Amino acid sequence: MKLDVDGLPVYFPYEYIYPEQYAYMTELKKGIEAKGHCLLEMPSGTGKTISLLSLIVAYIHHHPAHVNKLIYCSRTVPEIEKVVEELRKLFKYYEKNDTPLNMLGLVLSSRKNLCVHPQVSKEKDGKIVDGRCHGLTASYIRQRHEHDETVPICTFYENFDRTGRDTPINPGVYSIDDLKRIGREMNYCPYFLARYTIHHATFVIYSYHYLLDPKIADVVSKELTKSAVVVFDEAHNIDNVCVDSMSVKINRRTIDKAVANIQVLEKTVNDMKEVDAQKLRDEYNRLVQGLRDASVARETDMILSNPVLPDQVLKEVVPGNIRTAEHFISFLKRFVEYLKTRLRVQHVVQESPAGFLKDVFQRVCIERKPLRFCAERLASLLRTLQIADQTDFSPIVLITHLATLVSTYTRGFTIIIEPFEDKSPTVVNPILHFSCLDSSIAMKPVFDRFQTVVITSGTLSPLDMYPKILDFNPVIMSSFTMTLARPCILPMIVSKGNDQVAISSRFETREDVSVVRNYGQLLVEISSVVPDGVVCFFTSYLYLESVVASWYDQGVIDSLQRRKLLFIETQDSAETSLALLNYIKACEIGRGAVLLSVARGKVSEGVDFDHHLGRAVLVLGIPYVYTQSRILRARLDYLRDQFQIRENDFLTFDAMRHAAQCVGRVLRGKTDYGIMIFADKRFSRSDKRSKIPKWIQEHLKDSLCNLSTEEAVQIAKRWLRQMAQPFSHEDQLGVSLLSLEQLEQATSKDIDARARQN
Amino acid sequence: MTTSYEDVLLQVGQVRYKKGDGTLYVMSERLAWMLDNRDTVSVSHRYTDIKMQKISPEGKAKIQLQVVLHDNTTSTFQFVNRAGPQTALRERDQVKDLLFQLLPKFKRKVNKELEEKNRLLSENPALLQLYKDLVITQVISPEEFWSQHAVNYTQKQQNQKQQIGVSSAFLADIKPQTDGCNGLKYNLTADIIECIFKTYPAVRKKHLEYVPTKMTESEFWTKFFQSHYFHRDRIHTGTKDLFTECAKLDDQEMKKDMSAGVQDPLVDLTAFEDKTLGEGYGSTSEKPTGTQNIVHQSMIKRFNQHSIMVLKAFQQSNDSNKTQGETTHTTINNNENKCVTQPHVNGDILPGTSGENSDESRVKKMRIQEKVRYNDLDGDCDILNSNNVKTLNLTKVERYLHGPLAGTNESNSSVENIAKSCDRLRQCVSSWNLNQVNRSHVVSVNPQSAVSALGELTPGGALMKGFHEESLAQLVPPSLEKDLHHLYMSGCELLRHFWACFPPTTNELQEKVIRMHEALHRFHSARLKPFEERVMCEFSPLSHQLTNHLNQLLSTAYSKFELWQSRRKPSLR
Repeated sequence: MKLDVDGLPVYFPYEYIYPEQYAYMTELKKGIEAKGHCLLEMPSGTGKTISLLSLIVAYIHHHPAHVNKLIYCSRTVPEIEKVVEELRKLFKYYEKNDTPLNMLGLVLSSRKNLCVHPQVSKEKDGKIVDGRCHGLTASYIRQRHEHDETVPICTFYENFDRTGRDTPINPGVYSIDDLKRIGREMNYCPYFLARYTIHHATFVIYSYHYLLDPKIADVVSKELTKSAVVVFDEAHNIDNVCVDSMSVKINRRTIDKAVANIQVLEKTVNDMKEVDAQKLRDEYNRLVQGLRDASVARETDMILSNPVLPDQVLKEVVPGNIRTAEHFISFLKRFVEYLKTRLRVQHVVQESPAGFLKDVFQRVCIERKPLRFCAERLASLLRTLQIADQTDFSPIVLITHLATLVSTYTRGFTIIIEPFEDKSPTVVNPILHFSCLDSSIAMKPVFDRFQTVVITSGTLSPLDMYPKILDFNPVIMSSFTMTLARPCILPMIVSKGNDQVAISSRFETREDVSVVRNYGQLLVEISSVVPDGVVCFFTSYLYLESVVASWYDQGVIDSLQRRKLLFIETQDSAETSLALLNYIKACEIGRGAVLLSVARGKVSEGVDFDHHLGRAVLVLGIPYVYTQSRILRARLDYLRDQFQIRENDFLTFDAMRHAAQCVGRVLRGKTDYGIMIFADKRFSRSDKRSKIPKWIQEHLKDSLCNLSTEEAVQIAKRWLRQMAQPFSHEDQLGVSLLSLEQLEQATSKDIDARARQN
Repeated sequence: MTTSYEDVLLQVGQVRYKKGDGTLYVMSERLAWMLDNRDTVSVSHRYTDIKMQKISPEGKAKIQLQVVLHDNTTSTFQFVNRAGPQTALRERDQVKDLLFQLLPKFKRKVNKELEEKNRLLSENPALLQLYKDLVITQVISPEEFWSQHAVNYTQKQQNQKQQIGVSSAFLADIKPQTDGCNGLKYNLTADIIECIFKTYPAVRKKHLEYVPTKMTESEFWTKFFQSHYFHRDRIHTGTKDLFTECAKLDDQEMKKDMSAGVQDPLVDLTAFEDKTLGEGYGSTSEKPTGTQNIVHQSMIKRFNQHSIMVLKAFQQSNDSNKTQGETTHTTINNNENKCVTQPHVNGDILPGTSGENSDESRVKKMRIQEKVRYNDLDGDCDILNSNNVKTLNLTKVERYLHGPLAGTNESNSSVENIAKSCDRLRQCVSSWNLNQVNRSHVVSVNPQSAVSALGELTPGGALMKGFHEESLAQLVPPSLEKDLHHLYMSGCELLRHFWACFPPTTNELQEKVIRMHEALHRFHSARLKPFEERVMCEFSPLSHQLTNHLNQLLSTAYSKFELWQSRRKPSLR
């Protein structure tokens, strides 16, 4: 249907629309018009992506001068592929309505997913694919090939390089598979085709890292236009992605390998001096002349760029003491030796970057300035030395990144050296963490650069936390609920077992036999009344393991198996995938299955359990992060000092967003239905309860907040009977579903009110 | 009648039988005893007649061997060798061992029919229960039972047995029992063994390999229960364990599955991350290493493995009618298949290597498109659904209501036509759908009122106010419930036969009515009365409620019988 959103004609590729979708579009439009940033929460399964795309496509279509690009970032590959399909659908709808879009939309993914080279694409590990690709396409390899035919190169890239840039791809939408198909047909390298095309495509869909991680963003997204709308979907964890992209950790193995790397470098330099001293001299001369990069970096030569944000990169000449290759290598040697001594600690050390720099200077006389150039200098050297496979050098690259990061940033970072892990104090395993504490650091250039950044997810509650931790000022901040014609979610807080013993994953009681038994009892009873799939989340792997072990002893596992098939998430993702596949199979043939999984695990973040795959989800305990971690403690302190966020508030916020993520997995649409059980006494406290997303809170009546297992099972039984009744279009129409006429009749205020509060 | 035509396998002198000394002969087909100094055999038992042999316990003064015949008569031989009890004992054991070998050979020949019946009973628990209730309590005679009541079962034999799926808890159901002296007893049934074999093909292989050449059946299973394979909380203990190899095979199988990869992009966790950074970047370690309990981990792995193998076993047994799993899958996809428009460049021929690739990617695309589709937002989808549903279109209403009548023979009822319309009907039926509520006018009750009615009818609802015996279910203990169930079963079986005789037009039927009537009375006194008495004294609050209905059934039958009798008598006179 063709909607009118606040004066903007929008094609929406469905015949009906949810009220909250309309409200979402209205808010989004306001945000884009104001050229400001938005923070929007809308429940999963209410068609967030399609609303977002519909509005932005329409906006670009009508106001190309204002906004001319959409950069859509999502977290996982399946999510990205889903977005592409939605976009494709929209394009088709435009075509059907005789206004075909003359625009281009495509995905950018890693080489691993895009490579079509017959041998390289067989590799399973992304790093190896990158390395081998580099070994076939680096500029000096290609130069060598010109003289010597036997040097292997990638014909796909050669072809692309010859003609690919001049033959534009037709307007349309290209998924990963489409790009690969084109690549095979035209003999172009899909990866470089995509990287080149994103500069002029209107819609770019890729993973967070391509924008947030400076090492990658600088290679890939440097030249993207500023008048773009950037969308971060599934953004509830965005702060962690930001922090991760700026953090580095080094253990003894890295050091050992780095030492080996340096030896290889040294040898290569010496060899080269004998054979081709001119090259090294050239490099030196260029560096003297102030060309920061000793050679013109081609697109294929770089895998990782400078790890610091572009605004911090020094526009100066490389300092004299690391200009020659030998000097730089001895410089690296000293730094690595220094790190080695630092790892030889007996107790935990925590210090600021400034303290670290001071110590470096005092002990091995390394100044801050050359350290800042370390990463770039090494990249230049590796290019000059023409080292084909750079994957082997990742340890030394990592160390130069640490050097550059530590010397660039003095605030918002910390260094923690742990001689052993907390859980095994006898095993010496020193790790140096260089940890980013401030998620706003990585986010800032994105906010500054692009005119509108939209942060959206199904679970962003409490909304006010995100502007604080990401340090930005949203012009629009809204949370929408789910309008429902029937109560298709049943949230319950189970606080005690049948024996009235309170259940809680509190550290003090979590291993209690009665608590574990009551959790087991709850799961068994739920799985005996709920049809098909039941998913159960634990707070951590360790807890999952110990609980499963005691359940085995208590016979809970046996009674579970009597009812359904049992599958358990493990830390091996291949094994878990297999278990998941069989879980789905078991649900589909009607046997039903129970999946034991972990909050914060891969399953909780990326797998949907829609319809019969998940009729009930249980969260056993509050999924607090491991609070004894020193990195976390440092971050909490930083948040308290810088943003006045109380420790407890942040921890609860973090735990609750993960709990919400877990339970949100079960509902993927309005025709779906599912039970959500929060099994911990502490959930019923108001500080926890109020942090559950609004659309769940609405259904969490007071009478459902302090149940025993028995009561919960009774309620679930009654509710399931109600849900099993046929549910038709007519029931929804007008309440949670609007036709075009109904939409026109209702005032937008009306709809807004409905979308926000039932 | 000596041993002229039979081989004497063993001859033992100085054996006393009924206070007479003599010699015991173990022959190839019989056991014989001859009084000393006579040449006629006074005791001779064919092996086929012998049910079992018994020996006197060790340490007893008399060293004896007893054979029990099928008609429960016994013969006891006492070994009284003058060389002392040691020799006597040795002789006795020789006889015993020989008999032990010989008897089973002859058992095979015994009474095929009995065995057959035995098998039937053991395979059909319901029949066995009926047998116990009716024959053992002497309500009816065994002959009658087999000829009348078990007909269904004896005939059913010919029909193919339905494949049974594997319960995921079958291992858990083998509950160990302590035998009182530090040992465990596991009860294995043929079903469970079948389940184990189906689920763990590796164990079946081992079994074929070892039993009976290298160890006996029971040794094998003892080893099985002792192995880590059964106890999932144990880890591999060296290579001594017979089943270490099985576990390894299973692991290999799983590895194979794992390396084959997961086709569904939505669950392939390994391909979720679109990041190729090496280790060392990021603040949190992806793999929280540290002291993890290897025992727990391997246990978890085993649980997954077990479930996967159970599913596999299920699929194998369903291979012949390979639909179960897939039909459900296709029905889910059905809608989407029609909505998904093929990718616009579908027809293009792709380079050779990518042939199957493109097929794979199409499936993948379908999966994703199916995920991003909002069925309720789409008007089309509903219409599509209703197109699938066939509405009932009647040309002749009275024919539909009455069915075909004799005489209204239509011209087109040739064999072909009938076959055709049968086919058509089958097709129609296959496309019938339950979700007719949307459009059809034949909604009997609308969902809301159905739910509320159900609610009112459950205990606590408005319509259940007068019903105070809701607690009946709780008052009756399971054992009693089971007894009552059996009582009903046997009672109804008798009643069924009773009523089947009416109207008793032939003499046979009349006789049977009388017989059944007597049987009913016997049932009443032998089964129902004791039950009632037991209920009376053990569960007084229930008293007659439980058997009210059963009594009513019986009295109806009695009155019918009396009515028939009273009518018959005058006619006889």
